[in-house]
Amino acid sequence: MRQLGQIIAGFDWSPFWISLKTGIVATVVCFFLGLWAARMVLKAGPRLRAVADSILTLPMILAPTVAGFFLLLLFSLRRPVGAFLYNELNIKVVQTWLGCIIAASVISFPLMYRNARAAFEQVDPNLIYAARTLGMKESRIFWRVVLPSAGPGVASGTVLTFARALGEFGATSMLAGNIAGKTGTISQKIANVIKDGDYVTAGIWVGIMMVIAFIILVLFNLASGGGRHRHSRW
Amino acid sequence: MSVYVDIRKKAGSFTLDVKLEAGRETLSLLGNSGCGKSMTLRCIAGIERPDEGIIRINDRTVFDSEKHIDCRPQKRGVGYLFQNYALFPNMTLLQNVMVGAERSGTLTRAQRRELAMRQLAGLKLEGLENSYPSQLSGGQQQRAALARILVSQPEILLLDEPFSALDAALRWETEQLVRAAIADFPGTAILVTHDRDEVYRLCDRLAVYRHGCIDTLGEKWELFADPRTANTARLTGCKNLSRARCEGDRIVAEDWGLSFPLLREGPWTWVGIRAHRFLPGRTEDGFSFPYRITNDIEDTFSRILQIQNADSPDSALIRWETDKETAAALPETGWVHFPGKELLLLTD
Repeated sequence: MRQLGQIIAGFDWSPFWISLKTGIVATVVCFFLGLWAARMVLKAGPRLRAVADSILTLPMILAPTVAGFFLLLLFSLRRPVGAFLYNELNIKVVQTWLGCIIAASVISFPLMYRNARAAFEQVDPNLIYAARTLGMKESRIFWRVVLPSAGPGVASGTVLTFARALGEFGATSMLAGNIAGKTGTISQKIANVIKDGDYVTAGIWVGIMMVIAFIILVLFNLASGGGRHRHSRW
Repeated sequence: MSVYVDIRKKAGSFTLDVKLEAGRETLSLLGNSGCGKSMTLRCIAGIERPDEGIIRINDRTVFDSEKHIDCRPQKRGVGYLFQNYALFPNMTLLQNVMVGAERSGTLTRAQRRELAMRQLAGLKLEGLENSYPSQLSGGQQQRAALARILVSQPEILLLDEPFSALDAALRWETEQLVRAAIADFPGTAILVTHDRDEVYRLCDRLAVYRHGCIDTLGEKWELFADPRTANTARLTGCKNLSRARCEGDRIVAEDWGLSFPLLREGPWTWVGIRAHRFLPGRTEDGFSFPYRITNDIEDTFSRILQIQNADSPDSALIRWETDKETAAALPETGWVHFPGKELLLLTD
């Protein structure tokens, strides 16, 4: 018990804040990119749509370390893109918080994209046609008619994206590494302390993660309309 | 004020191939579902793109496949009334109608609001402006959709089965408001429907569709009196149709095992008799035959008798609709006649 008290007194909360900040920024990035991608894919012809959809969904299917491998290939300082970013623009991705965000965004993007796409597909096309014949501009139709009608699906996609980004481990550890106070997220912290046999610290973080996950699931259910159905079916 | 359409479009089970012109009038497109009448409206509105052809609205070319003109639906000046109303569910009635008022782009918010309120009141929706579509009846929703269109001041009105989702009482009430709105409307209105009574009440002219093409086109009274084809006869409500062939000065109705004097020469392959044209008794002009009643169905205010040519037991049933008093006095077998000019002479 005294041991637990000591641990909490000297507790390093930085993984929590790093994970939270990464999750929020990645969610914002994915929100807009996902909506945009979903809209573009639905506009495309059937063949292009099949290919584009597969590519955009790939990060969800692949092991995160595979995505991490490709990200390293792209952003490593010894590779053209990474070298260009570092030398010309002074942007470093590998072993930085930016790496955390990029890894989390790439891995959680398909959740946003797929949910947004499914939600858009549910919107009655007559609403869009009606808006067009009434003279509404396409961009206004999207923000005023399509998005509100697709609201619950988009909201649940956002929540899932945040959850996935918050807990990202594989790609993050490869691209951003585990630098305490800089890129050390909760998931990496747990893996790290377990390696040293520190089950108490790991347990605390696992507890925190579970509380967050539970809150997210409740939010998800509320967002996807679970709380709005007054009539029970069974 | 006119619409000119001459388009072709491959669409799944049929090919749309339509040529139409309408002035300042109400034109009705009548046909079975999936025959291309809604597709025609959607092409005019710019929702669907024809494979080739020309569409002109008030002498302005909005589509021309050869000149690569394809005007966006926003710029076509079309008011489209959808079967399922297509009101924006996240907006109140007032907000929905105010969207319609945005088209001109020159009005202030207060002016748009004023315009929308007046239009809502005109369609008996005052007091409902802050309701959401889901809180309203189907009739109210369709009126709101009409208000939204009228406030956008379209050049033409396209009505795509506007009453078919409504129950009978609301249907009548909504139809009266739409009829009044069409009467006040200065441009062309095109109504798509499969209800011949709606056509007769609302329209001046009628185009009957068949597998993506126009079967017949004419004044409504003219087409109801002489439908010209079996398809048009069926769609204008003729219940009795029989394949036919001409034999000298007589026409033989093969399915009924009957023959009648031929009053008008022509390449007839079908004949038809409307169900309410039959009268009991025998006449000397040749337009009568012996009947036997095989079924007697009581309808709300009439009786539907299914009769058969008594001399030919295998012949097709003929439907005879009459008032209950007349039907009650009819013997099981006897003679029935009809005015000779009511025998519809038809082609395929």
